[in-house]
Order: sequence, then C-alpha cells, then structure tokens
Amino acid sequence: MVLSQFNIYLAGVGGQGIGLISEIILRAADHAGHPVKGVDTHGLAQRGGIVVSQIRIGQDVHSPLIPAGRADLVVALERHEALRAIVGALKTGGTLVYYNTVWQPLPVRLGSEKQVSKETVSDACNRRQIKEYPVLKPDLTDPHMQNIAVLAVIDQESLIPGIKTGHFITAMEDLMAGDMLAGNRRLFQDRKGLTAGP
Amino acid sequence: MKQMGKMLLTRPSFKEIVMGNTAVVRAMVEAGTKVVTAYPGSPTPEIATAILSIPKPERPFYFEFSVNEKVATEVAYGAAVNGHLSTVFFKSVGLNVAADTFVQLSLVNIIGGMVIVLGDDPGANSSQNEQDNRHFAHMTYTPVFEPANPTEVYHYYKAAAELSQQQHMPVILRLTTHVCHAKENVTFQTWRREDYDAAPRFDPANGPYIPLTADTSPMKRQALRNLEAAETVASQTGLNRWIDNGNKKRGIITAGLPFLSLMDVLQTATADKPDILKLGVVYPVAGDLIEKFLIAHREVKILEELDNELEKEIKMIAFDKNIPVRIIGKMDSDDWMGEYTPDKVHDVLRKAWPDMLAPRTGPGPIDVPVPDRPAQLCPGCGHRSAFHAIKQALADTDISVADIGCHTLGYLPPYALGQLLMCMGASTGIGSGLSLFNNTRKVVVFMGDSTFFHAGLPGIVNAVFNQHPITMILMENGTTAMTGHQDHAASGKNANQTTAPIPVRKVLEGLGVQHIYEVDTYRQAKLTARVKQAVSDTAFSVVIARHPCMLKFDREQRRDLSFQRRQVAIDPEKCRQIHDCVKVFGCPSFILNDDGQVKVNPDLCIGDGSCLQTCPASAINAPKPVSEG
Repeated sequence: MVLSQFNIYLAGVGGQGIGLISEIILRAADHAGHPVKGVDTHGLAQRGGIVVSQIRIGQDVHSPLIPAGRADLVVALERHEALRAIVGALKTGGTLVYYNTVWQPLPVRLGSEKQVSKETVSDACNRRQIKEYPVLKPDLTDPHMQNIAVLAVIDQESLIPGIKTGHFITAMEDLMAGDMLAGNRRLFQDRKGLTAGP
Repeated sequence: MKQMGKMLLTRPSFKEIVMGNTAVVRAMVEAGTKVVTAYPGSPTPEIATAILSIPKPERPFYFEFSVNEKVATEVAYGAAVNGHLSTVFFKSVGLNVAADTFVQLSLVNIIGGMVIVLGDDPGANSSQNEQDNRHFAHMTYTPVFEPANPTEVYHYYKAAAELSQQQHMPVILRLTTHVCHAKENVTFQTWRREDYDAAPRFDPANGPYIPLTADTSPMKRQALRNLEAAETVASQTGLNRWIDNGNKKRGIITAGLPFLSLMDVLQTATADKPDILKLGVVYPVAGDLIEKFLIAHREVKILEELDNELEKEIKMIAFDKNIPVRIIGKMDSDDWMGEYTPDKVHDVLRKAWPDMLAPRTGPGPIDVPVPDRPAQLCPGCGHRSAFHAIKQALADTDISVADIGCHTLGYLPPYALGQLLMCMGASTGIGSGLSLFNNTRKVVVFMGDSTFFHAGLPGIVNAVFNQHPITMILMENGTTAMTGHQDHAASGKNANQTTAPIPVRKVLEGLGVQHIYEVDTYRQAKLTARVKQAVSDTAFSVVIARHPCMLKFDREQRRDLSFQRRQVAIDPEKCRQIHDCVKVFGCPSFILNDDGQVKVNPDLCIGDGSCLQTCPASAINAPKPVSEG
C-alpha cells in the first residue's frame, strides 16, 4: 500500500516514555515498508515539561515537522497534553488516543488554574469530529509502561494504516531485550482489563 | 535488540533508522577521524551517546568530554596539528566560549584537518538565544556545510572532513536542532578499518604557529586563499541541488532545514512552483552557480532561517555582475526570528508571493484553555529542597543570580530564586557587580558543579581577589544533569576511565575562600541556618548545597529487579489543607484536588521523603513500600 501522507503527533510529560513509543512506531512503519521520518524534542523539556515527538509516514513528506492542525493521529500519554495536542496539532476528523492519567501542571498545583477533565477533552473532540480513545489499564503497576498500553490500543484499533501487530513486535525487538522486552511484549499482547473507547 | 555501537562499526554498506546525531558518528568512523572532543549541550549530546555506545577498546578514535568548549577546541586543534583528523562538537552558544581559540584556527596550517560540529538552535528550544553562528564563519573565513536531514549530515561531514584535510583549514558542519534530532532511514557506505600511523607529526616548519606581529598578515592571506579554494569546492561539490521546475520567472535559494519545509509547502502551491537552488555549502557560496540561477529568473526569494547572511552574499553577486533580477530577502522582523518550520515557511513565502499560496488554514481554534506546563525540577530533586530552605534564609529584597543548569528552573514559582541569568559561569561576576554600592541587599549567586569547572573558576577567583562579599551557593549534584548526566571533573570518572575526583571544597580552599559551608540539601533547617550565616559573612562565602541527582539515582535503582518502590502518603486525619507541600515546596508528586484535598500521584512519587519536613501539620507519612498488584 502506498501512503501519500500520515502524520502522527505524540505528546506527554518528560519521564513518561514518549521517546520509546515514538521510536517503536517509527521503526514499525519502516518495517511495514513505508517511507518515514521523525523528530523528538529534547533538552529542557525532559525536566517535567512537555515532550513532543512527530512521525510522518508517506511518500509526500519532506520535513519531519507536522504543520499545525495537520496531524491525522495524536498519541498522548497524559490528559492535559492530549488536550493541548488536539487544540494545536490535530486535524478536524482526526483521531486521539491517550492514556487517561493526570500529571498536574504547575498552575493547577498552585491553585491558579483548573485541572482538565475527561469531559473537557471529550467535548473538544466532539466539536472537531475527533474520534477519541481514552486508555486505562487499572492493574498496571509500573507507570513507565503506560506507553505500551497505548501502543496496544493503537494496534488493536488499527489506528495507523498499514502497520500490523508483527511490525510493532519486530520494532520492539529492535529496541529492547531481556526482561524489559518480555514485560512490554506481554503487556502489548495481553489486553485484559485494557479499556479504550469513547 | 539492535546494538548502536555494533551498528556504527558495521563493515559492509547498510541501512538503519538513525537520528542526525548518530549519522554524524558513522561519518566520523568512515572519514578516519582520530580525535573527537566536546562539551555537552543540547542539541548535540546524543552525538556523545552514539560515540559512547561503541565499547572503548573498539572505538576507532579518541573521545573526551573536555571541561568546556574552549578547552575542547584546543584539544582537537592540538591533535590536528599533530596530523590527526579531529572534530569538536558543542551547542550554539558553546562557540562563544570557544571563540578566543576558534577565531585563530583559520590562520594556522591544520595539517590533520579539523571539523567543528555546531548544534545551532533556531527557535531557542534549549538555549538562551538563537544566535546565527554563520556570523562567526564570516568573521574567521571558515567554510560552513549545512545539511538538512540525517542522510545529508552523514555525507556532509565526510565532505567537510575532506575539504579540511585537503586545505589544512577548519571547516564547520552546522547542524540545527531538528536536524540533530530528525530520524530517518540512512544508507551508509562500507567501512574498512585501515592501519593508522599515529606518529606525532607536529613540525614548526609547517607553521607559522605563532600568530604574532609580522606573521599575522601572511597568515591571514593564507586564510583568504584557503577560502577561495573552498569556494571552488563549494561550486563543484555535488552538495548543491538545482531543482528545475521550469519556472523562468521565480526562483528560491535556500539551505538546511528550511529546504525541507519549502518542499512540503510547495505541494500546496496555487501558482507555478518556483525553481529551487538548495545550497549545501552556505559559506563561501558557490558564486558561479548563484550567478547562473539569478540570470535564469526575474525574481529570486532568499529563504533563510535567522539572519540574512546568504541574502547579503547573493545581493553582492547580483550587484557586482549587474544582473537584472529582483531579489527578495528578509521582509520584516518576523523573518529574522524562529525556526523555519513548514508553517513559518508558508507565511514567509506568502508575504513575497501572495498568489502562490493560499492563506494557511488550520482546523480553527477550540476555545478551551490548557494550563501551561513549564519544565519542573524532578520529584525528589535536591535543588527543590535547597530552594525551599534558601528562600527562608533570604529577605524578599535580597538579590539572587541564576546560572546555567537544572537549578536555573528555580526562577519559576513557587521559589522565584535566581532573578537574572546570562551564560555558563556568569553568576559570580554579575553578583559581584550587584554588590557594589550595595550595603542593604544581600547578593546570592547560584552555580552547578559542572559549570564550576567549565567557566566558574575565574569569577570565583575574581570575587576573592577583589573582595566581593557575596555568597555563592554551589548546587552540587555530582553530574551534568540537564544535558543527560555526563560526568565532570568531580564525578570520579571521565568518558574513558575512572579518575580521582577533583574535590570542589579543596579547590575553593586553594583559591583562598575563607567561608565554606557544606550541607546535604535534604537537611533543610541546617541549610537555612548555613545560608543565613554565609550571607552575614563579610567576605566571599560559599555554601556547598549537595545532593545527588535523584533522576539519575532513581533510574539506577529501578534497574535492579529487587528494587522496592516506596512512596509517601498524606494522612487525611492530620492534613489541615495548609498546602505548603504542593504550593510552597512544590513537588510535582502532589495533587491538589478541587475540594482542597492533597493526594500523592502514584506515577510520580519516588519515596525520597524530602517533603516530610515541609508540612507544618506533620501530615505526610514516611515513605512506605508500594504493593505491586
């Protein structure tokens, strides 16, 4: 299948593992035979700030940077960042998949601004005809694996054209080994208790 | 699992998904680079990550983190005049530190060749400014190669090394943030490890190597001759691309990342696509090629990120050759600022040729506020405990000066400590100035331990020598944390082996500092008392506020499978909703609910317990093991 262009905008908070899920998707796209480019933000953002990664799949892509409002899919690991990403990056009629956890930003902790609710995100999605997949896996004890729970939903719902389960697994095998690979693979394939959906 | 180190030393040609910072290391390997030096700084630290992924015995070149960019440049230069192809890399503002040495490089006969890899930062993603380092190139007659993506990074480094070796001149490979960090599938060529004669070949007869008095003039002449040779290379190299869209009227000259943005934007063009000349060497420019391009078009837009270096060069060519072409350069101050992303390039081009592009349409705003998320100190960070304690030792009118590092983040609420910031090591000098004619407001300056060695020492010596009665708080966390935990002179190891740590306290004593206090920052009451004491000392004083980087510590602990996670909890019976924990101490692990209740975020708390002492109601329970489901 020849893809003209499919843009994925990933966002989260420093420390959540955006880098890993982004690299898995990038490599999975490559294993699926698509031309693909990506770019991460590094540096200051690692210290509890916003971390963004962008992946562009397809033949008609030159820059790794997605124009505003032209992402087909937003992958977020935190609710505030999900909302920020759909406001700034996601196209009308696009798809949002996010892990429904909250890492309160500073103004919320200082009591000067309100925490974003699940309903606020859903409302924003409705106004833009965005298909929404809030993800939760309540029995997950290691928060560093929430990214893989999200990846499992991306695979389960076929949210990226042309990338199949096997491509994701091969990509995971590129990047991990031993217990880390085994644990993440188990979580990726065993979808018990994983909730995703509007 | 793919091993980066193994991949970088693969003999046959291969393809791999890599970022620009990794691609450049394979290029170093293939080019036969023998010495690489650096000081860590975004966007370049991952170059070192790639280098260090090659086990030391197999690494085909010597690598070190030097104490600062200037020393790194000097080490690379020294190696190069001994005949070794060398490379130094650092971030944009690192060139300011290296400048005193760098500006001399083009004057001397660098027999081994030397490539300076710069990580410029348009948009100031992680820097104090977005300085355009091509100015330094013009000032010093140093050629600049500017790739747009990881594939070009790989090829351009090799071309830059070749030119440098041929002309014995320094050559800059200018990367920008999203070229360093871009990832794509790159095809690498074969590599044959060749026998290398490492005999030191320094010979004064290759000089002069002493740029003094009468010799500087012939040395400058040689630099200018080298630049002419570089222009010939710039013209002949396959690194320039002329994309012929059959447009006789309009052309665009561009380079680097803006070229990729341009290619994206032109897909939506509503008029004939302009021809494009993409320059691979941006200084000196390929004069003949540009002349032909100008002659072939009636209007030429210079699409150039940051300053107008290409524009000036190209307008000179048009003027000197009397070419009747309308050259469109920078049109307003916006054009001088920020990264040339596809959106930015769309707007810049539309200003020049409104008929060519429709106004940029987004999906339209959704009117929902999203709280800002400024970068924060990590859970358990020793700097947080330090700021919390120091704030209680100072009056509101006292002045605090920040320096570069994680502790810079102290300027944010709720601490608001570190009210001025300039560059690496500047806090002590600025603080000294603030103390003049000032008997009423205490001056406190911050500095990290890596910066202490980098550029901190002269300011300290000056404060001792000239008797400035200020207080330095040395935020010692044992690592270069902000850029990814690189070791420094007090860490006990360098990039190659364990070393005897250079003890910060002994250095200060040796410099004649009379008042030195040492406190672990988790002992907040003690730290407050020591800072109170230090600011009342009548001479220069130093408080070493020490705690290991907890991000590094926590990561290392989690690697141990038997590691038991621990977390604090709020006792709802005791909590009086004073909110010091969440609003004054400000650990991101605390959650403030709408009803005023405080909770602990199980995703974030690392169980360090540094918060316990901040609660006036003693409502934070000591860390307890977390049950693993």
